[in-house]
Amino acid sequence: MTTVKEREKIQQQFQERMNEDELLNCMRCGFCLPTCPTYIESGFQESHSPRGRIALMKAVVDGLIEPDEDVERSLNMCLGCRACEPVCPSGVRYGHLLEEARDIIAQNKKHPLFVRIIRKMVFNGLFPHQNRMRMLTALLGFYQRSGLQSLVRRLGILNILPKHLATMEKVLPNVPTWKEMNDRPQHLAPEGTKKRRVAFFTGCLMDTMFMETNDATMKLLQLAGCEIVIPPGQTCCGALHGHSGEKNDAKELAKRNIEAFEQLNVDYIITNAGGCGAFLIEYDHLLKDDPHWAERAKAFTAKIKDISAILVEMEFHKKGLSLPEQIVTYQDSCHLRNVMKTAHEPRLLLQSIEGVEFREMKDADRCCGSAGIYNIVQPDMSMQILDYKMEQVKKTKATTIVTANPGCLLQMKLGIEREGLSEHVRAVHIVDFLLEAVKASQQQTNNQIQKKTG
Amino acid sequence: MISNEIKQKLIQIVGPENYDDSKAGRLAYSYDATPQFQSLPDAVIAPRNTKEVSEIVKICNEYRIPIVPRGSGTNLCAGTCPIEGGIVLIFKHMNKILEIDEENLTVTVQPGVITLDLIQAVEEKGLFYPPDPSSMKISTIGGNINENSGGLRGLKYGVTRDYVMGLEVVLANGDIIRTGGKLAKDVAGYDLTRLFVGSEGTLGIITEATLKLIPMPETKKTMLALYEDLEAAARSVSAIIANKIIPATLEFLDQPTLEVVEAYAQIGLPTDVKAVLLIEQDGPKEVVERDMKKMEQICREQQAISVQVARSEEEANALRTARRSALSALARLKPTTILEDATVPRSEIAKMVKAINEIAQKYNVKICTFGHAGDGNLHPTCPTDARDRDELERVEKAFEEIFAKAIELGGTITGEHGVGVMKAPYLEWKLGAEGIAAMKAIKQALDPNNIMNPGKVFAKSTRKRVVVTR
Repeated sequence: MTTVKEREKIQQQFQERMNEDELLNCMRCGFCLPTCPTYIESGFQESHSPRGRIALMKAVVDGLIEPDEDVERSLNMCLGCRACEPVCPSGVRYGHLLEEARDIIAQNKKHPLFVRIIRKMVFNGLFPHQNRMRMLTALLGFYQRSGLQSLVRRLGILNILPKHLATMEKVLPNVPTWKEMNDRPQHLAPEGTKKRRVAFFTGCLMDTMFMETNDATMKLLQLAGCEIVIPPGQTCCGALHGHSGEKNDAKELAKRNIEAFEQLNVDYIITNAGGCGAFLIEYDHLLKDDPHWAERAKAFTAKIKDISAILVEMEFHKKGLSLPEQIVTYQDSCHLRNVMKTAHEPRLLLQSIEGVEFREMKDADRCCGSAGIYNIVQPDMSMQILDYKMEQVKKTKATTIVTANPGCLLQMKLGIEREGLSEHVRAVHIVDFLLEAVKASQQQTNNQIQKKTG
Repeated sequence: MISNEIKQKLIQIVGPENYDDSKAGRLAYSYDATPQFQSLPDAVIAPRNTKEVSEIVKICNEYRIPIVPRGSGTNLCAGTCPIEGGIVLIFKHMNKILEIDEENLTVTVQPGVITLDLIQAVEEKGLFYPPDPSSMKISTIGGNINENSGGLRGLKYGVTRDYVMGLEVVLANGDIIRTGGKLAKDVAGYDLTRLFVGSEGTLGIITEATLKLIPMPETKKTMLALYEDLEAAARSVSAIIANKIIPATLEFLDQPTLEVVEAYAQIGLPTDVKAVLLIEQDGPKEVVERDMKKMEQICREQQAISVQVARSEEEANALRTARRSALSALARLKPTTILEDATVPRSEIAKMVKAINEIAQKYNVKICTFGHAGDGNLHPTCPTDARDRDELERVEKAFEEIFAKAIELGGTITGEHGVGVMKAPYLEWKLGAEGIAAMKAIKQALDPNNIMNPGKVFAKSTRKRVVVTR
């Protein structure tokens, strides 16, 4: 519940802080409606559409309505997938409006004590500290390896959790050990001639829970002729904070990252998680009002590039890779597509692999419902969106679902599990898939050489 | 206001999940795509079938509650803005394609069907539903019928009106009537079907429609003609028609429009020319080739600096999609975007384009023009800022003069967007006092309590007519 006083304060801050030009820029044509997953899944409710949410924000600014529970619900229901932005002819930056509105509400609303503690723990205590992320992952590793996991599963302890969370436990990857996580490279030489010097943004979750994917990313970069710098001073990108109304924390993380990367003299800063990349690429917006940081942020964002984009630039798709025959489909990472504008490159890379029959699923560009922590805080809508997604996956008869962001990857795995498809279908990050193809191709070449010499 | 007693009655009809009177829920239906109009309804109701619509209407009639049927709210005349409050009726449950009749070439639909979904469903069967308003990805058939929407294919294939064969309508007293049917010929009584098409929800609630389909044209070609001179482009339009060619599409975009559309679509539209024509022809292969060649020649004779034929369907589709985004893309320029759709006989299109530019200069406002030049339907659009009162006044004056000029050239104040609230003060300019009286008599007969979308079409007072000076 928001108190009357809180509402007044929220309303006042809406008036002070919301970008009125941006709000007015929406001319309410409705071109965004057919692309909005929550509009569709809510049975075409205008208040769950981008146009409706912008109207609500504007109405709060205009004093036409109060920021009551229904307004909040509408804003919370938004996935933040930003599919409405590329289709908006007027170019409204909806994501920025949403972020600001959520920040105002979060900062002026007193959450219940336990929510406050959890938020504080997660946002301040955990994500900005890579050593703690490692610790937590190591605990998970202990759980997975010690036999505790099988015991817990046997005893059905997880049944006390909501079903989707219990399933989530099943699909978590096998995580690396404490030692592995603490033994990370800071510099890697290219294989063959050096063509580019790049920095690698490792990410907090990617460098712990998904460390294998990070290793694969670096391996691909080396193969593509990149010298890689991995500055140890980097930290969490702050996306989770920014999307959850903790903008100030996000700004602090942004500054730390800019500092870590700006002196490296690299061509690009490479990311392999659409969610992180999209947030990094908007640091210039996040810090635009900070005279000390605005220019530095601009220089930083100009260098952000997704792994698939640089691989295509380095003509990795012409390497002639091959894999055993399989049907593959690709689930866009919303932020990679809608914010980083990278949608063609992953497809090109997949299509270039011999043996891969690439089948585009219907609405591949529609969010899978993962959306950061959305699948945890809005489970009903998230699962409804996932069910639609899995229907489309099934129609392609794909045995491999490729994606480009850890959240999407877990959600796809969750979908496979929910549908009982885990015997025939797998979900995999694009870099892991590409490395698999590299290895398979090498193996093939070796076999051929052996045949010839033998 | 809706009393609790009435609310309970309404909930009894549709169920609590289909009755929303929350502040946020009402706000989300307080507007449509028309700038500067907003008004909260008292409740938003989603009926599940015709019977429920009828029962709701009966209650509204008894208690004199305004009732506004709304599709996706993409109209541009404030036709679905509930300016007198009351109930906004939405058709999210009534969105089925009921039948595609391949023997009679008709399709029967509920009002909530999205236009593009209908078009695609019939195209799968090799049939063609031509009306294609720019908002077709979003708009509903119910909305199209109520607004008598046009589109890019209007000049060759006509508008929504030309495809509505039969309707099911709930009248203001709750009666359910059926008009027309799957009949090519039917003169049994007044043509009520046509009366309801374009009636903007002021006469009744359309709950079902039977639409005419035609066979899919065999082929289609698309080209772009570029001009250094606005009027040369406009003259080409008249010349094409005068040469007895009716293209499927003949669209006009001026330079400022091209710039914003390209900024959005990024498909390589020329932004360094003064105007372009987007021309399409469909039909049998030989006819299409012949017409395209002839039109290319005409454009060149009218000083087109270049004529380019689209190389693939993707390229052609990108051009059409870009054109459809023109209005919203213009919203990039300034916070408020006001557009009109003055329409003139197509022989007068060059004069109208010239007049629009002169009027813009006279009032010192920026007016970008695009539109369906081939059917004389232009969309002069003014990027402005609603907060700048002085400029807004000049914009209003400029548009008044554009209306007057259009009428003087034998045209109309609105070609396809409808009257709604926005153009109601000007309707008399086109119809005369007697014309208005005749229409009001119809309204009075069918909706004596004025509950059906009140405040639309008929204005409380008519604008003083401006005298066009040269």
